[in-house]
Amino acid sequence: MKPVWLKPLIFIISLAPLAWYAWGVQTASLGANPIEAVTRGLGTWALNFLLITLLMTPLRNYAGWAWAIDLRRMLGLFAFFYASLHLATYLWFDQFFDWPAIAKDILKRPFITVGMVAFALLVPLATTSNAMAIRKLGGRRWQQLHRSVYAIGALAVLHYAWMVKADIRKPLIYAAILATLLGMRILWRVRKRSRGRAKPHHQIVPGTMQK
Amino acid sequence: MRIFHASDIVPSDITPRTLYERRREFLRLSTGIVLAGVLPAAQAKLGPGKASALSTTESPTPLQAVTSYNNFYEFGTEKEDPAQNAHTLRVRPWTVSIEGLVKKSKMLDIEDILKLVPLEERIYRLRCVEGWSMVIPWLGFPVASLLKQVEPLGSAKYVEFITAVQPETMPGVSRGVLDWPYNEGLRLDEAMHPLSIIAVGLYGDVLPNQNGAPLRLVVPWKYGFKSGKSIVKIRFTDRQPNTSWMKAAPQEYGFYSNVNPEVDHPRWSQATERRIGEFRKRKTLPFNGYAAQVGHLYSGMDLRKYF
Repeated sequence: MKPVWLKPLIFIISLAPLAWYAWGVQTASLGANPIEAVTRGLGTWALNFLLITLLMTPLRNYAGWAWAIDLRRMLGLFAFFYASLHLATYLWFDQFFDWPAIAKDILKRPFITVGMVAFALLVPLATTSNAMAIRKLGGRRWQQLHRSVYAIGALAVLHYAWMVKADIRKPLIYAAILATLLGMRILWRVRKRSRGRAKPHHQIVPGTMQK
Repeated sequence: MRIFHASDIVPSDITPRTLYERRREFLRLSTGIVLAGVLPAAQAKLGPGKASALSTTESPTPLQAVTSYNNFYEFGTEKEDPAQNAHTLRVRPWTVSIEGLVKKSKMLDIEDILKLVPLEERIYRLRCVEGWSMVIPWLGFPVASLLKQVEPLGSAKYVEFITAVQPETMPGVSRGVLDWPYNEGLRLDEAMHPLSIIAVGLYGDVLPNQNGAPLRLVVPWKYGFKSGKSIVKIRFTDRQPNTSWMKAAPQEYGFYSNVNPEVDHPRWSQATERRIGEFRKRKTLPFNGYAAQVGHLYSGMDLRKYF
């Protein structure tokens, strides 16, 4: 049973990374290159929230925590929130809104291209993260649209890996977590399908089954 | 080959008497500190070093930033790793072997290297290939003064700089992020250029471990990774060295790696840079602003091909 305070509590905790960076800028405690620290930190948290969001479905399926699904939308919107801030730091502190340079950058730098595509794909998901959109689109189409989050996860990890100079250990850890989260979905589907097939079999020769 | 004679020392090179007497003050002070068990004797103040016409007048990046934001992968790949981990680096005893295509190779002790020539303060811009820059007041001497300790053969065309590997003090060398020992190289004329220095200190003091103690290369018109830290071997060769970064990603890091806003890194632009401590980005200058001094070294070369 989900306690009523869980969602507000997660909401407040989800704002902590933003508070951390705001505090860091205020107190000049983010090291020698605070702009880089903020830009990268917000990007990392966008990815963190994306993976946390992707953890909710396996939590319901495997652990039986039904309330995890109630948190999924909010966590997904936090992923979008941090991704928007991450993009804003790039547009402002890195490019100073030099639009021709930004356009060139997006076309020329694969890691920027991939990051932009991932963000562009996040926008329709964020704008349809409400009951009205589900009603308008219909549950099935809405679900199909929101499956693009798997591709977004892969693009976000790739965006990270292509930015790194030589040490890709951290992007690889993110890739492994993403693969695990997606693998758990595949496993769940396979199990569900085989259970569905097992049923008629069970009815035909009940005596051979253990249970 | 030019050898420095006693007659080369002009009166202005000699430490003024007042400063000379203050040396004792430093010694006394440092002795006190040693007795207190805080610092080893080798950490007595080195500087200030004589001023150089090759220094920039731009204001130096604060010491705190220079010593806390470093790329020294032997101590970890995060910027703050070297400052956290490099205190373990053993900087004494330290010898530098000068070998390869020379008449007679030589092994020099760091204490003798420090006494080779008077130390100079060189305030240089440093541009990292990652797109940030600093201004650092180095304390050092021309690479040429060190290379002149041996007689290179006529066939020597390049100089390779090989840096220390201390597995027990360097957590990073157990991972194959780069090919250890880290090695970098220069063409002989680049190494002999008056702007190329061996730094043994910064901000008038002994070089902090995270900045490449006890001695490192500084080549201000090239991206920072060309300037190897904690050097133990210098080798004259006839072939262009295959450096650690060239081995890691040949399409991204060339042998020359001169700072060039026109030639982008394949994955990011090199047109601008963020000077540490500044908000707006600056335009990156060809050869990091040293084009007038070093441009002639590359005349007739296609800098896109020889990036």
